[in-house]
Amino acid sequence: MRKFSWSLVIVLLASLVFAACAAPVAAPTAPAAESAGGEAAGGGAAAPLRIAIIMPSSITDVAWSQSMYTGLKAVQAEMGGEAAMQISYTENMFNVADAATAIRDYAVDGNDIVIAHGTQYGNAMFDVAVEFPETTFAWGTAIDTGADKGLSNVFAYEAQAQEGGYVNGVIAALMGDSDTIGVVGPVEAGDAKLYIDGFVEGVKATKPDMQVNVSYTGSFGDTALAAEAANTHNKAGAKVLTGSAQQVVGAIGVAAENGVYWLGTQSDQSPLAPEWVVANQLYDWTGVIKDMIAKREAGTVGGTAYSLTLNDGLVIQFNDQAPIPDEVRAAAEKAIEDIKSGAITPLK
Amino acid sequence: MSDEFLTLATLIGIAHSGVRLATPYLYAALGEMFGQRSGVLNLGVEGVMLMGAFAAYYAVYLGGDPWLGVLAALATGALMGLLMALISVTMQAEQGISGIGLTLFGLGLSSLLLKVLVGAPVSVKGFSVWEIPGLSAIPVIGPIFFDHNVLVYLAYLLAPVSIYVLNRTTFGLKIRAVGQNPEAADSLGVRVNAVRYATVILGSALAGLAGASLSIGLLSIFQENITNGIGFIAVALVYFGSWRPLGVLAGALLFSTINAFQLWMQVLGAPIPSDLAVMLPYILTIVVLAVGVKQIRQPAALTKPYERGE
Repeated sequence: MRKFSWSLVIVLLASLVFAACAAPVAAPTAPAAESAGGEAAGGGAAAPLRIAIIMPSSITDVAWSQSMYTGLKAVQAEMGGEAAMQISYTENMFNVADAATAIRDYAVDGNDIVIAHGTQYGNAMFDVAVEFPETTFAWGTAIDTGADKGLSNVFAYEAQAQEGGYVNGVIAALMGDSDTIGVVGPVEAGDAKLYIDGFVEGVKATKPDMQVNVSYTGSFGDTALAAEAANTHNKAGAKVLTGSAQQVVGAIGVAAENGVYWLGTQSDQSPLAPEWVVANQLYDWTGVIKDMIAKREAGTVGGTAYSLTLNDGLVIQFNDQAPIPDEVRAAAEKAIEDIKSGAITPLK
Repeated sequence: MSDEFLTLATLIGIAHSGVRLATPYLYAALGEMFGQRSGVLNLGVEGVMLMGAFAAYYAVYLGGDPWLGVLAALATGALMGLLMALISVTMQAEQGISGIGLTLFGLGLSSLLLKVLVGAPVSVKGFSVWEIPGLSAIPVIGPIFFDHNVLVYLAYLLAPVSIYVLNRTTFGLKIRAVGQNPEAADSLGVRVNAVRYATVILGSALAGLAGASLSIGLLSIFQENITNGIGFIAVALVYFGSWRPLGVLAGALLFSTINAFQLWMQVLGAPIPSDLAVMLPYILTIVVLAVGVKQIRQPAALTKPYERGE
């Protein structure tokens, strides 16, 4: 018996520490009465709007999760800070069962908007959304707002990642002096696949003879394998690399060490290698967030599927510290205009 | 493209990648082997690696020399090992569960420390590649083995050192005795729990170093959950290697070389689905585990806490 109880104590202690950092950080527990009122009124004038988000990685992942967190912070600042909008978040929810619990907890706690920031959270979120029709839910990468399930309180969002991927591909084709480009992919699906397919198309449209080598690590977080993949691409002759998901921090380090250009996506990855990250496709979710808030205040708690495009929400950010020739930048800007005007539709 | 498969350059590339990728596995698995040979299964390797990786990263982040980072990783690992030994040896907690606890603890604490002390992760200047003069000029062998950072070389030196310690020293004899038959060892005057403390702390210090080999060696950055399961693979490699240093070395090399192979095949555009390619190392490891491992060599007292029957 003695043995068993000690094990339990240890596991409990460990999970406490784990929970301490995975748990909502900025969530001041509002009194139950107040939160119930806020829920019914959809965030009245006095009570701050409360948004909660569940993320598969961390707010500093330099990728997917960070893009949404940055958007939330920007909207918060614009609305007038903590007094107007409160953000609660739970990070590193790679376990969907834990995420399901967090989604429910946030809904029970009276948050106005609960964002499940991962395709994998869809089923769990829909289950909770049925029970809390007054609460707004949002999830992505997704286009399903649950209308066929009779739900009207769910927003969905996605990024047309192939658009910026195409532009990054144009830049990659023109940078460097090699005939090979390497792609460090995570899992061959969803947002990453869109980005990579668009990227390859952009390269081929610019230089049809360019060799584009694509590899996948099979994981979003295998930083070590992603770094080795970058090494391998470099050995195979690639002088320009790109990749997706939070695993790329390792690959970007390798790119910098080997003197190879990097094209980023999802978030600003320049700080990781200021001289080698040429450009980033940024996901700017502020428009989506503001529209959800506006709709909710107007009485519509869900039902829209948002899509970031270069016309609205996707931004190609050039890194001023990395040397990018004028003609490359001009070609990239032309590609952006062509996609915006519809002259080019990547992956069509 | 397809006709270029398996040229000499590719083969050298695969071997070179494999040698480098094996580094964290080697430190972690050889360290774990010491613990298991003395009868303690430490499933907390993953958590210890994370703490070691963060400690090394933070030391270098603050402006320290990479060697200071190594010291920080060893010390942090040893401290985690002391905790594990306290729990599993003195308090005799069930080893599997306390190890999982230690992993969760390390995962949580390292993420928390990163957030509090560093914020957004930035790259640091860790160990750079150091081509060994002379040796690196040897054709084929040179680029495969002697074109790495110093932590890679040390990992391979650790294998013969482990063989020596385990088989040629009194300490090694005590470890084996305690893991095989603690009662008999005790009756001969070997302090069973002291030996187990030593092996668990040593193993954890090496797991800390395994973490450092990522954060200030191969990657030069720290990120939440940077180990991504390497610690658990390392535990499996100890079984894979039948609790022998050479077996562990062979297992680590096999696993990472296949991983390097599948990466190269993808990069060269081999017509294999990527989902299948990334499974290769795991499938092969399981196959070898199933057919090749001699369970008979498992230390008889593994996972069994020792209580003196006076």
